[in-house]
Amino acid sequence: MITRTLTVALVGNPNTGKSTLFNALTGLRQHVGNYPGVTVEKKAGTTRLDEMDVRVIDLPGTYSLAPRSPDEMVSVDLLLGHVKGEGRPDVVVSIVDATNLERHLYLTTQLMDLGMPVVLAVNLVDLASKHKLVIDFPELERKLGIPVVPIQANRGIGLDALKAAVARVAESGQVPDGVPFPEPFRREVVALGEVLGGEVEPFLLERVLLDVGGYTEKQVAGRFGAAVPAHVAEARTRLAGGGCPVPAVEARTRYAWIRQAVAGCVTRPCQRVVTWGDRLDRVFTHKIWGTLIFLLLMFLVFEAIFVFAKPLMDLIDSGRSWLADGVRGSMDAGPLRSLLSDGVLKGVGAVLVFLPQIMILFAVIAVLEDCGYMARAAFLMDKVMSKCGLNGKSFIPLLSSVACAVPGIMATRVIENRRDRLATILVAPLMSCSARLPLYMLLIGTFLSDPWWLPGLALFGMYMIGFVTAPLVALVLKRTLLRGETPVFVMEMPAFKVPQFRAVVRRTLDAGWAFVYRAGTLILASMVVIWALLYFPSKMPDGRSYDVVSEELREQADQATGEEKEAKDREANELYGEWKRQSALGQVGQGLEPVFRPLGWDWKIGMSALASFPAREVIVGTLGIVYNQGEVDPKDVMKSEDAAEGEPSAGSRLGKTIQEEWSKDPTMGKYRVPVALSLLVFFALCCQCASTLAVIRRETRSWAWPVFTFVYMTILAYLGALVTFQLGRLIVG
Amino acid sequence: MPTLDQVVAGRPCRIESVTGPPTLVQRLLELGVMAGEHVTVVNKAPLGDPIEIECTLTRLSLRKSEAAHVQVTLPD
Repeated sequence: MITRTLTVALVGNPNTGKSTLFNALTGLRQHVGNYPGVTVEKKAGTTRLDEMDVRVIDLPGTYSLAPRSPDEMVSVDLLLGHVKGEGRPDVVVSIVDATNLERHLYLTTQLMDLGMPVVLAVNLVDLASKHKLVIDFPELERKLGIPVVPIQANRGIGLDALKAAVARVAESGQVPDGVPFPEPFRREVVALGEVLGGEVEPFLLERVLLDVGGYTEKQVAGRFGAAVPAHVAEARTRLAGGGCPVPAVEARTRYAWIRQAVAGCVTRPCQRVVTWGDRLDRVFTHKIWGTLIFLLLMFLVFEAIFVFAKPLMDLIDSGRSWLADGVRGSMDAGPLRSLLSDGVLKGVGAVLVFLPQIMILFAVIAVLEDCGYMARAAFLMDKVMSKCGLNGKSFIPLLSSVACAVPGIMATRVIENRRDRLATILVAPLMSCSARLPLYMLLIGTFLSDPWWLPGLALFGMYMIGFVTAPLVALVLKRTLLRGETPVFVMEMPAFKVPQFRAVVRRTLDAGWAFVYRAGTLILASMVVIWALLYFPSKMPDGRSYDVVSEELREQADQATGEEKEAKDREANELYGEWKRQSALGQVGQGLEPVFRPLGWDWKIGMSALASFPAREVIVGTLGIVYNQGEVDPKDVMKSEDAAEGEPSAGSRLGKTIQEEWSKDPTMGKYRVPVALSLLVFFALCCQCASTLAVIRRETRSWAWPVFTFVYMTILAYLGALVTFQLGRLIVG
Repeated sequence: MPTLDQVVAGRPCRIESVTGPPTLVQRLLELGVMAGEHVTVVNKAPLGDPIEIECTLTRLSLRKSEAAHVQVTLPD
């Protein structure tokens, strides 16, 4: 007996339960990879069939095999065996929705033209009987000429029959006949094949003729030269004259064939059954109720990321400090200890701290998408988003970015159009995320706290900067770099259904894992780099180590009491500040002071801003160090007093110190408020977040886009801060 | 001839032709929105755009600018 593995490709429209079938077949035996050069994820898994391992490939949901982009071409390439390192699948399983057979069979008939065995899996048969649809499966099988298996993917019903049918056609290798196109069209396919020297499969020849401006046309033109487009154009003119206008001829031919096949196999009730889904749809897309429900849901999404994630994030953070304390307690002061506690552990913490937000957002998105609400949300928001060149599906990613751009950018996967998706990714980091809050609170609390209405207005203003800038930048991008014809926004409104718990859990875990696995290393690396720049050089002028001496001073301070303790504490903080000010990063800051001056900043502010490029919330800690206050915890800025001691908190002490320090500087002393505003605007617009850049790299599969984002946002931030300070100076002066 | 974006909600009509940018036409045809079919505007978004239509059991959302490429006739 020959043992060989069988490869099966799953193809179907979106919302047919294709992923459910894939999960039901493969269980935990699946993995996600990449196809070279495109952003489509390759989902593959294995299932058992008798004694054989069967490889199952889950292709992205699509309405047809008419590729318009490299991403859509991947499915066609895979099915034809053109993907490097990937053999041609042995069998295609076409999964269709029993409640809307005719439309779903359109894709099936295209698959039947590929010249490979096809099995039809008719899903949602339970729903069809609820709609009072009666389907004669044996008759359908006879008419279509391919095996037809009724299944209920969500309950695992019919899977054995499906596998058996796959085994049967794999064995016989029986290829379906396909849909007969009109004679003139077939002649043109043959003629084009001859022009191209017999090197292109008939399926692709059909696509070249049918898809006006499609991807296959461009590909063939690139490969065979400029004579081809001219030939294709002439062929299309001839076809139009001969009563087979492109592209209508395809839909006409296929639907006519399908109607004839389905005619006698499907009995429908005379009156369409009004389902609870129809009623829900009416409410959810209603002018008033729909909008209210939408706003309420968005509020809940936002709250979920912002509030529910908080305790989990705090837990991760305290876990990190507990470990860091452990390291500090069990090792002697020195570079290795500092690398572990301040470099590596901080880096790992910085990665893990995003997990709660990512997983909560993805759980919510999975539920919304699985139940069919996502399309309604996009429907409601499309008009507003189209004003800035985006579409309705960009709304939830951008809203999520107000909590954190990392899950927001990952959520852009729901946007099919590549250019719209890129534009959304590129502007998402402009939305004011929660990591900016500590600095906002510190500076607003220090410089803009009077009169009573000013702090609220200032904070509102900081959020508005993002809300106004992001759409404007998106508009500019869509007019320049991402220019192209307006993408088609014809979107199916899928029927409402109860979301599947297992699918939701799986997507949530996948999202978390993908982030840790693919973005984690870059975040960790950037944290270690900044650590090294702040640690070295670590020798004091007298040859002793800053690290060791400041540690000794802290220990002495811990043992002392009263005024002596205060004096020692101050001494330790001063030494710590001196160390960081003379560090490599401090020297860079001093060297770059001429660059910071137009923004109103001295080198200390500049250095703190530089140190917070991997993670912007670090600014508060760095300002604390630079101004001899020790490392201030960003969380301390949020409260005005230490609850236990009734003394001013580290945050408000830092605010006071900043005010005093800036007053000493000849220019900054006069323009303290413009300096603060310039720093605020800089942080609002700058992409100081290694995690965001790592996620952009992951989602776009390219280094160019994260670099672009970093560069444009840094320039924007610099200019914004410059204008703010110079205008402020004019007003004050 | 009236176009689909001008039709009031709830009034069934018949598609006469679908013309316009090739990508749009092809997508509509694939989804079964083609000459000879019956179509109903079931709903409009709060700002009047996009619109939700039902055509051969399929519910779709289209922008008004896209619906303007679908020519229809209304029953008397």
